[in-house]
Amino acid sequence: MPNKTFFWFFLPTGLAMILFIGLPIISTGIQSFYAQHDQVVKEVKKCDPFGCTVSIVVDQEKTSKIREEKPLGKFNGFGTYVDRNHLAIKEIGKFWDETNSFGEFVDQVTNLPFYKALIFTLTYCLFVTPNVLLLGFIIALSLNAVTRRIRGPLIFGTILPMIVTPLVGSLVLFWMIDAEGIIGANLQMLMDDPYLSLKSSKTLTWITIIIYGIWHHSPFAFVVFYAALQTVPQEPVEAAIIDGASRWQRVRHIVLPHIYPVVTFVALISLMDNFRVFEPIIGFSAEGSAQSLSWLIYDNLVNEEVILFGSAAATSMMTIVGIAILLAPVLIRTWKEFRTAR
Amino acid sequence: MRETNMKKILISLLLLLFGTSAYADCNIKSGSINILANDFPALRTFVETAKGCKGSADFKVTHSSEHNKIAVPALTANPSEFSARIAANSSIVPLMNQDLIRPLDDLVKKYGKGIQDSQLITIDGKIMAVAFMANTQHLYYREDVLKELGIAVPKTYEEVVAASEKIRASGKMQYPYAAAYKAGWNLAEEFVNMYIGHGGEFFKAGTAQPSINNAKGVATLNMLKKLAGLSNPDYLTHDSEAIKVEWESGNVALMTLWASRSGTLLDDDGDAKITAATKLTGPATVAGGNIPAATLWWDGFTLAKNRSDADAEATFRALAHAAANKKMVADAADQAVWLIEGFKPGPKSIGVIEAVKMKAKPYPMLPQMGLMHGALGSEIVEFLQGKESAEQALKDVEAAYMSKAKEQGFL
Repeated sequence: MPNKTFFWFFLPTGLAMILFIGLPIISTGIQSFYAQHDQVVKEVKKCDPFGCTVSIVVDQEKTSKIREEKPLGKFNGFGTYVDRNHLAIKEIGKFWDETNSFGEFVDQVTNLPFYKALIFTLTYCLFVTPNVLLLGFIIALSLNAVTRRIRGPLIFGTILPMIVTPLVGSLVLFWMIDAEGIIGANLQMLMDDPYLSLKSSKTLTWITIIIYGIWHHSPFAFVVFYAALQTVPQEPVEAAIIDGASRWQRVRHIVLPHIYPVVTFVALISLMDNFRVFEPIIGFSAEGSAQSLSWLIYDNLVNEEVILFGSAAATSMMTIVGIAILLAPVLIRTWKEFRTAR
Repeated sequence: MRETNMKKILISLLLLLFGTSAYADCNIKSGSINILANDFPALRTFVETAKGCKGSADFKVTHSSEHNKIAVPALTANPSEFSARIAANSSIVPLMNQDLIRPLDDLVKKYGKGIQDSQLITIDGKIMAVAFMANTQHLYYREDVLKELGIAVPKTYEEVVAASEKIRASGKMQYPYAAAYKAGWNLAEEFVNMYIGHGGEFFKAGTAQPSINNAKGVATLNMLKKLAGLSNPDYLTHDSEAIKVEWESGNVALMTLWASRSGTLLDDDGDAKITAATKLTGPATVAGGNIPAATLWWDGFTLAKNRSDADAEATFRALAHAAANKKMVADAADQAVWLIEGFKPGPKSIGVIEAVKMKAKPYPMLPQMGLMHGALGSEIVEFLQGKESAEQALKDVEAAYMSKAKEQGFL
C-alpha cells in the first residue's frame, strides 16, 4: 500500500486513538507529577449523637483559595514515583545498608507494596503466557484433526471460557474451591486434610489464579491458531508425509514456521493482557494474598475514602512502562524482520 | 338524595384512602430530589418514608453498597448528580475534606420541626448532617451451644477466645468464631475497634503523625490473630455477608457483626432452630479496658453543595419529614436503632444500646482517618498469615500511611 493511501486509511483510527488513548495517557502522566496541596487544618468542636469532642477539620476557606490558584495541586515531580508505596528508592537504600544477608534484603524489598504487586504480576505473566500459547496450540491442532461434523459444537465449547465474563468466571471457580464447594471439599477428602483451604494459603491462591488465567485466556490463543492452521499449505505437508515424516516432525518443521508470525502476535497480546491482571483478584477476593499492579491502581482510586489520584496515575504510568519493557524484545525482533524484508 | 349520600360516602372513603398520603405530603411544590445511599433495610425504609412526602417534586434514589466509591466524584460535579447523600461518621469526612456538602442551619430552622437536637451533627458550630440511626458492631451468640457446654455469655474478648476454644475442644464446631476479616476495609475496621478497646490513639495529639506502632498496637494484632485462629481459615475473604451465611449454616457460635444486620439474622428465613437460639449482647471489652472494643456509628443525611438552593430545600423537606417521623420509627422499630423521637428499642437494639451504655467511642471523624484505614486494610494481612512480626506489620502500616498522607498534603 502506498504511504499516502495508508495515511488516509489510517487517519480515522489514528484520530480516535489519539482522542481516546493518547490524550488520557498524557493527562494521567501530568497528574502523576502532582500531589495535593498542603492541607490547612483547624481545630473545631464537633458534636454528634454520642457527644461533643474537639477535633480537626480541613479549613475550607484557606484551602479553596489555594485550590483556585493551582487546581492541579502541588508539583511533586517524581516524588510520588519514588515514595514508599511505589519505587521506594530511599527505603531500598536503607534496607541495603541495614540488612545482613541478601535474603533478608530481598524479604524487605518484597514486603513493599509495589514490588509485592510486581512480583505477582510477573509470576502470573510468566506462567500464564507460555501455557496459554501451548494449550491453545494443542487444542487447535487437535480440533483441526477432528472430523468436520462435530467441529462446530466443539469449537463453541472450547471458546466458552472466553465468552464468560472474567468476573463471573472467577466467581464460579471461587465458590467451587470454597471449603464446602465441589472442588474444595473433594480436595480435602483426597488429601485427607479437613483444614485444607485453597483460599487461606498464599501459594494455593496464586496457583488458583494462574490456573484460572490459563483457562480464561487459552481460547483466544486457540481461535487465532485455529484460523492460522487453515492457511497452512497442503502440498509441503503431503510431501513430508510421503517422505515419511512423523506427525511431530510435520508440526515442528512445516506448521510452526508457517504460523510463526501469528504466534508472536498472540504472545504479544497475551503478555499485555496478563500484565494487567485484575478481575480474578477481585473475583477470588484474593486481595490479601495476591496484588497486581492494576489492583494497586484500583485500590488507590476506590478502596480509600480519599481518592489518591497521584498514586494511581504514577502506578498507571509505570504499568505502561512495564508493558513496553516486556514487549521490547518481541517488538525489536519484528522491526528487524520488517527492515530485512524490505 | 340517596345518590348524593353515596357520593359523600365515596368521597370520604377516598379521602380516607388518600388521607395517609395527604398527611405525609409536605406540600413540596417543585425541585428535584436525588438521593445516594448505602443499601440495607433501614435505609430503604427511611428513603421510602421521605418519598411519601415528595409532593410534586422529582424523586430519585440510588441504593448501592458501592456508595463510597460514587459519592465524591458524583458530588464534585457541578451541578452534582445527587442532591443528598446518606452518610456515616466515616463517609462524611471525604465530603467535608473536599467541601462538597452545605450547612443546614437555615433549613433546620425553617423546616426541621420534630428533629431533635441530639440528631444534629455540628462541626464548628454549623449543622452539616442530620443523623437518624445508630449502628455498631457487637457480639452475637448461640444460646443453645453456650448453655450445653456451660459457658457464660462472654463479656471480654479474652472470654470469647476461651469460650471458642472450649467449643472447639468439645468437637461441636471446628471454627466457632466469626468476624468480617476480609482484607481491606473490613479487616481495618476490626483493627480500629480492637485498638480503641485497648485505649489506643491513632495519631499523635493534634497532628496527622501516626502513632500505632506501640504496645497497644501489638496487643491488638495479637488478639486479632487469636480470634482469626478460631475462625474459618478463609477468614481473609469473609465480609459481613459471608459470615452471616456461616452463622445461618450453623457453623459459628460466637460472632462480631454489625447491629444493622441483626434484622436479617433474626428473620424467618433459614433454620428456625438457629434463629431461635441466636441472641444479641453488647460489644466485648478487651485487655481489662472499660470501653468496648467497638466504635459507634451514626447514619444521617447531608445535602450536596453543588446543587441549586431550590433542590436542596425540596430534598431537605422530604428527608426531614422522615428524620422526624414517629410512625416510621414505630413501624420499623426492629430494623434499626433510630435516633428519632418516639423510638422504643426492641430486642434487636440491645447491641447498640449496650454499647452506648458502656461509653463506646464513635468512629474517629478525622480528615486523615480514611488513609489510615486504607493502610491498615492491606498492611496487617501478612501478620495474620504469619509471614511477619506484629512490629513489622505496624511499621509497614505507618510507612504506607505516611506516603499517602504526604501525597494528600496532610504531612
